[in-house]
Amino acid sequence: MTMKRQFDADLDALRGSVLRMGGLCEEMLQYAIKVVVDREELHLKAVQDWEHQVNAMHIEIDEVCLRLIALHQPAAGDLRLLAAVIKINSDLERVADQAVNIAETGVYLLKEPKIALGDIPRMVEVASGMLKDSLDAFSRGDVALARDVIKRDDEEDRLKSRIFNELVHLMQRDASAIQRGMDIILIARNLERIADHATNVAEDVIFMVLGKDIRHSVEKI
Amino acid sequence: MEDAPKERPIAISVRGLRAGYGAAAVLNGVNLEVRENTVTAIIGPSGCGKSTLIRCLNRMHEAIPGATCDGEILVGGRDALRLDPVVLRREVGMVFQRPNPFPTMSIAQNVAAGLTLNGVSDRALIAETVEKSLRRAALWDEVKDKLDAPGVGLSGGQQQRLCIARALAVEPRILLLDEPCSALDPIATARIEELLLQIKEQLTIVIVTHNMQQAARVAEYTVFMLMGEMVEYGLTRKMFTQPADKRTEDYITGRFG
Repeated sequence: MTMKRQFDADLDALRGSVLRMGGLCEEMLQYAIKVVVDREELHLKAVQDWEHQVNAMHIEIDEVCLRLIALHQPAAGDLRLLAAVIKINSDLERVADQAVNIAETGVYLLKEPKIALGDIPRMVEVASGMLKDSLDAFSRGDVALARDVIKRDDEEDRLKSRIFNELVHLMQRDASAIQRGMDIILIARNLERIADHATNVAEDVIFMVLGKDIRHSVEKI
Repeated sequence: MEDAPKERPIAISVRGLRAGYGAAAVLNGVNLEVRENTVTAIIGPSGCGKSTLIRCLNRMHEAIPGATCDGEILVGGRDALRLDPVVLRREVGMVFQRPNPFPTMSIAQNVAAGLTLNGVSDRALIAETVEKSLRRAALWDEVKDKLDAPGVGLSGGQQQRLCIARALAVEPRILLLDEPCSALDPIATARIEELLLQIKEQLTIVIVTHNMQQAARVAEYTVFMLMGEMVEYGLTRKMFTQPADKRTEDYITGRFG
């Protein structure tokens, strides 16, 4: 028999804050990529504004976690949830930074002749799908979905390597393409990092639910 | 990572222990192996049988009229339920919830009570034991200049350490503590906890506590009991981060209604 406590309400509110922060990060990624794909500079401002909100939430969520740990001395599942939230919070803040980087690089690209984006749209699709699903896995405590997110990281890595190779060849052939080629490489790198952060979130969800730390293990999933 | 204490010899082995009062059963077949030189905490809601369990371990339970107790308890390999209780209690000391120094005795007399009751009259030996026991109980420096003052004149925390010194004076192999800090403030509690961590090098400690953070701080192993049964027993660090049983999780996270 279990009873509902004020602490449960506090934990629910904390989960809600993480999901709102994650939602902002998803929006930031979508709008950052519009700067690159649609060549619309005005979206940079929106992404930068959201980053301020994410930064404020980053600090607030850490404060709430520390307060709940200090006042409630949580154990077991509650403790694992708070430990996971502290780590997920950092990952989401980094996702927001990567989105800002993408938008800023997109603005530099506007000054250059148009360049083929190759696998970038596919990388966006994979990274944003992983981010969304890692947050859904967190929300529902869904281990199967978290494992699926982790599996998808390999595709993102492969896409990034292919873009790197293609652009290195392009730059070798055409020195005038070096600036925009480097910009696309940076964007690919940012997207690959976002997928890594989503993977971290998924690993934290598995730890939160099962108490099992699968980071850095050979047999990940 | 190990889940149950395996690495040290067994200090106390309990098998199929049933205990109660008249027709009312309190313990319904408890099995437990406590390892030497460890601190083992017993936690669980009021009425779960944790105090009855440790009172069985030194035969205090059966002193209550109508109390029943059967099963097997081995202390250092010997059958505790068939030993002379006086002999057993020399090996298995006990400290209670409220400090209970003998009210008519001085500090020194309290510590020496176990020796004098056993007929020891060698003053040098008694003085040596009093000092050694008070040092082990981390009380010597506070009372060395007033050994003849009444034990009940000390603060609550000091009285509890005096009771621990009194228990240690007869060199028990096992020390049982039944909520020893529930009447103490946080500073006195911290002193007792520090003391337990020091003396476990020399003996085996079983502590009943309602304070789960205390179990987490002092005990390597924790037993969770519920309605006369042992639900979970294992490494404290595992139980407080990843309990195996849902009932343990509900209890230690305060959800048990």
